[in-house]
Amino acid sequence: MSDKPRVATVSLCGCFGCHMSLLDIDERILQLVQLVSFDRTPLTDIKTIGDCDLGLIEGGVANAENVEVLREFRGHCKVLVAVGACAVNGGIPTMRNQFSLRECLDESYVNGVGVYHPGIPTDAEIPLLLNQVHPIHEVVKVDYFIPGCPPSADTLWTFLTELLAGQPIAFPYTQIRYD
Amino acid sequence: MSNHFTLDGRQLPFVAGQTIMAAAQAAGVYIPHLCHNPDYAPHGSCRVCLVAVGRRQVSACTTPVTEGMAVDSRCESIQANRRAVLQMLFAEGNHLCPACERSGNCQLQAVAYYTGMLAPHYPPFFPRRPVDASHPDFIIDFGRCILCELCVRASRDHDGKRVFAISGRGLASHLVIDSPSGLLGDSDFAATDRAAHVCPTGAILPKHKGFEHPIGERLYDREPISKVGDLRAHEDEVDGNE
Repeated sequence: MSDKPRVATVSLCGCFGCHMSLLDIDERILQLVQLVSFDRTPLTDIKTIGDCDLGLIEGGVANAENVEVLREFRGHCKVLVAVGACAVNGGIPTMRNQFSLRECLDESYVNGVGVYHPGIPTDAEIPLLLNQVHPIHEVVKVDYFIPGCPPSADTLWTFLTELLAGQPIAFPYTQIRYD
Repeated sequence: MSNHFTLDGRQLPFVAGQTIMAAAQAAGVYIPHLCHNPDYAPHGSCRVCLVAVGRRQVSACTTPVTEGMAVDSRCESIQANRRAVLQMLFAEGNHLCPACERSGNCQLQAVAYYTGMLAPHYPPFFPRRPVDASHPDFIIDFGRCILCELCVRASRDHDGKRVFAISGRGLASHLVIDSPSGLLGDSDFAATDRAAHVCPTGAILPKHKGFEHPIGERLYDREPISKVGDLRAHEDEVDGNE
């Protein structure tokens, strides 16, 4: 174990686009691994989270597992960050909030075009869906918000380098986008 | 020399009867706003143009300038209140920028960028408001309406049609359309109406086009609205010619 700040990341109800954007920092990732060590994240494939300095959350909260993982991250991370539109305000998945959960499930598994063997899955291993999709700040306290769909690699780089340097975070105009 | 006031420490001239907003715009100074459009009577409803006059905070678009008035538009407490107003607007509607054709050319979004809003902060309402796609040329997404009444004013005062109105009170306030069915397609609304081109959000959108400008080349992608100006000055680029 090193003394470097430990970083964990996760995608809840997200598309992994924000993680792809993080990888889009290209060769700067070599600098990043000099600055931090990674804990639970899809990049390391570690499945359980230990005590961390920084947690980056992609995606909103759409099912019971999302709630559990988010609370686990909050419990283990000194600083928790909502990364991307879905974590910040629920994003595209909140379009299902215009309908009841039953309507969504019926459309997907019963009445939808091209559905074979109609029936709503009931396997106990499938996390139960929440009635609505929520931004993460409705479930836990969030310390920083980075909007964007996804936030650009430069936006994430600005955030990470300034936070790790203990600087106030100031984004140039072109780095803050809601889309 | 009379007829001067100060805005953020700068002395500016004004004409008697001018609002703070009008005097600032005449001097080329940007005060953020959404429901204000110089073509129509001031409305004072969005509260984004808050400025400090002494210890009071007033809307710049409805407050007349007086001789020697000292106006502060840039201090952090004003910016914070504007941000809070914008956060409430975002939280009470369905403003999903990644899925909106107006994104990048949207005044609501651009003003939020200008004030440094990073997140809507408040718990979102997720109101259930159906889209009206009944008109052949235009679509209305009521979830994006911020009740600025610009379409109401344009339709009434310029087009002479009164296609739109706000109905209900408080939280129940909502945009309604004057037609037997309540649908835009059954109203007198036409693509050539001014009301079709004044919406500061993506609530009233032309059909058969969208996402025409790539990301990076849209109106507010490179420079803030304080430099680029309102949608009003760029209508042809955004909506295309009729």
